[in-house]
Amino acid sequence: MLLTDTTVLLSATTAGESYSDFVRSYLTVGIFALLALALVATLLGAGALLRPTRPQPGKYLTYESGVDPVGEGWAQTQVRYYIFALLFVIFDVEAVFIFPWATRLDGDTELVDSAGNVFEVLGPYGAYGLIKMLLFIFVLALGLVYAWRKRVLRWM
Amino acid sequence: MAMVAQAVPVDVLPGDLPGEVVPPVVDWAALVPLIVLALGALLLLTFASLLRGRVGLRFFTAWTALVGLGAFVTAIPLWARVQGWADGFAWWDPADTPAGPFSTLGGALGVDGFSVLLTMLIALAVVVCSLVVAGQAARDGETRAETHVLLLLSAVGGVVMVGANDLLVLFLGLETLSLAVYVLAAMNLRRVQSQEAGLKYFVLGAFSSAFFLYGIAMVYGGTGSTSLADITSFLSTNLVVGNSSLLVLVGIALMVAGLGFKVAAVPFHSWSPDVYDGAPTSSVAFMASVVKVAAFAGMVRVLLLGFDTFAADWRPILQVLAVLSLVGGALMAVVQTNIKRLLAYSSISHAGFILLGVEAAGTQGTRAVVVYLVAYTFLVIGSFAVVSIVGRSGDGAHAVDAYRGLGRVSPALAATFTFLLLAQAGVPFTSGFYAKFYAVIAAVDAQSAWLAVVAMLSAVVAAYLYLRVVVLMWFTAPGEHTPAPGLRIPATTGWALAACTAITLFIGLLPGPLTSLADEAPAVIVEPADPLAGSGGGDLPADLSDLLGGAGVPTGAGNGAP
Repeated sequence: MLLTDTTVLLSATTAGESYSDFVRSYLTVGIFALLALALVATLLGAGALLRPTRPQPGKYLTYESGVDPVGEGWAQTQVRYYIFALLFVIFDVEAVFIFPWATRLDGDTELVDSAGNVFEVLGPYGAYGLIKMLLFIFVLALGLVYAWRKRVLRWM
Repeated sequence: MAMVAQAVPVDVLPGDLPGEVVPPVVDWAALVPLIVLALGALLLLTFASLLRGRVGLRFFTAWTALVGLGAFVTAIPLWARVQGWADGFAWWDPADTPAGPFSTLGGALGVDGFSVLLTMLIALAVVVCSLVVAGQAARDGETRAETHVLLLLSAVGGVVMVGANDLLVLFLGLETLSLAVYVLAAMNLRRVQSQEAGLKYFVLGAFSSAFFLYGIAMVYGGTGSTSLADITSFLSTNLVVGNSSLLVLVGIALMVAGLGFKVAAVPFHSWSPDVYDGAPTSSVAFMASVVKVAAFAGMVRVLLLGFDTFAADWRPILQVLAVLSLVGGALMAVVQTNIKRLLAYSSISHAGFILLGVEAAGTQGTRAVVVYLVAYTFLVIGSFAVVSIVGRSGDGAHAVDAYRGLGRVSPALAATFTFLLLAQAGVPFTSGFYAKFYAVIAAVDAQSAWLAVVAMLSAVVAAYLYLRVVVLMWFTAPGEHTPAPGLRIPATTGWALAACTAITLFIGLLPGPLTSLADEAPAVIVEPADPLAGSGGGDLPADLSDLLGGAGVPTGAGNGAP
């Protein structure tokens, strides 16, 4: 299906009329996908053809640095970690927003034109950005207070 | 050059410097209802956690109701401004700010009759829902503030949606609304069905949000903007054909699918009976009312304000959705043996009626949508309030058989439920009659008379199922599932029921006030005021332009057409 589409696209490219540049630019994606598939198929196929095949039960064991594996592959995880994961996400998002903001908060710029007039320009985000970010941090802080009072921060 | 050298220093205007961020003009007065709701929710959460154990359900309920009323009251000056009341109201003074619909936050949020009226409706719905929630929580011995906080937070999203003039803002509102509601659905920790409902709602809701977002991406590709004002002006000044029109059409279809999930229109409805059945009944009252109000408001804004020029393309889609919802909802409801599933299917059928109004694509249609939403909100909250009482402790007795002989056990409750069910069926002298009446009128005026016929036939089928419950309540003997005599009606739920019944009866007897309000509430789109207008923007000295590397072209409010 993909192949026929690409052929149609190719013929359209030569005709030069039926498809817009927008659609035609996806041709690269199609060719890339085909190449990727071909590469994987070639490598895996070559491996399957060339390697010797001698199955033994020992080969199906889990490899653990040469030691025979003991017990089950399934293990229980402490569910209490998920609370920390949730809290982490909150502060992670906070950091994601604050870092780019902080790099652009800085700097009133002074500009001087040829007549010697000096222009003062506030930093990119200015007071508006500062207030916005303080509000954002305030709301997150309320969330932290809530988590603290809910005894989420205590190891139980 | 000589003239420039002698010129007095000019101020560098906002947006003149490369890389400078111009903050949008914010009309704070327009955001007051939104801020009241959001701040109310955050403060309640903080108080409740800081004063753990010292404040109870009574405080949470009173706070939520007050915040809801506060949002309602602070929306009145906005209504006064939009309608241009001659002598102003509260902090709106016609002498200071001009009357009429306007938009703020760079045109992202519109304040028009439609958005203000529906904001008020959502605020009132929050008040009534908080009473229903409190009644059920008091009976079941739960004292959590979170349910009330989530009601308020969800309402914030709803208020954003009813005023959104930008597809991405609409999406933000949709997510705020939905995330809170997913949690509300899973709020009953003792019932495994509630957990299942929460997960099911979350998965399908996230799925539908993805549809909606994909639709936005397509529309952006086709028109070069996500702002409804820019989309409209682009589509009306450009002939959109070929691939661009394909992108826009796919975008519209995906967005209709996304919103169709939220309003539970028929091919996208399958979650709704399961979720309504599993979720706590008092939360369902909120889900069935506020979520639908916000989703239909979003649908009206997107389709009517953004894609009016494509009406010939999306109207057939909505016609199919409407017919399927009307017929499917009514027919499926008949065979249900669980009252919550029955009401879920009946609300799907109601969604079909509201789709008639959206489909009409005009002022008549918008009026029908508004009237129907107002009537339906209080009907559905009242009905689920009754169900939450009859469900009894544990919120589990929801078989239709539980209503057998209810008239003998609790005549007042049975009479209220009968009235609300008859109103849902559209019996005259109730709000449901006028709601259905205007929806049918809108369909007929929009040359879809066949749709009106289908709607009326489905209303007849739906009447059968409401009457079935009424007959069970009054003309059969109490069975083993019927509540024991002396069924207690929690006080706050009683007030909510009284309010819903009173509003339903009032609209049924005197529809004039509501319809005149709805007539004054068309959805309109207003371009944002140019932040540079009147400040003499655009006259940079030539050498300053050179200084800025030629990038100092003033960025006025363009119409976004690429």
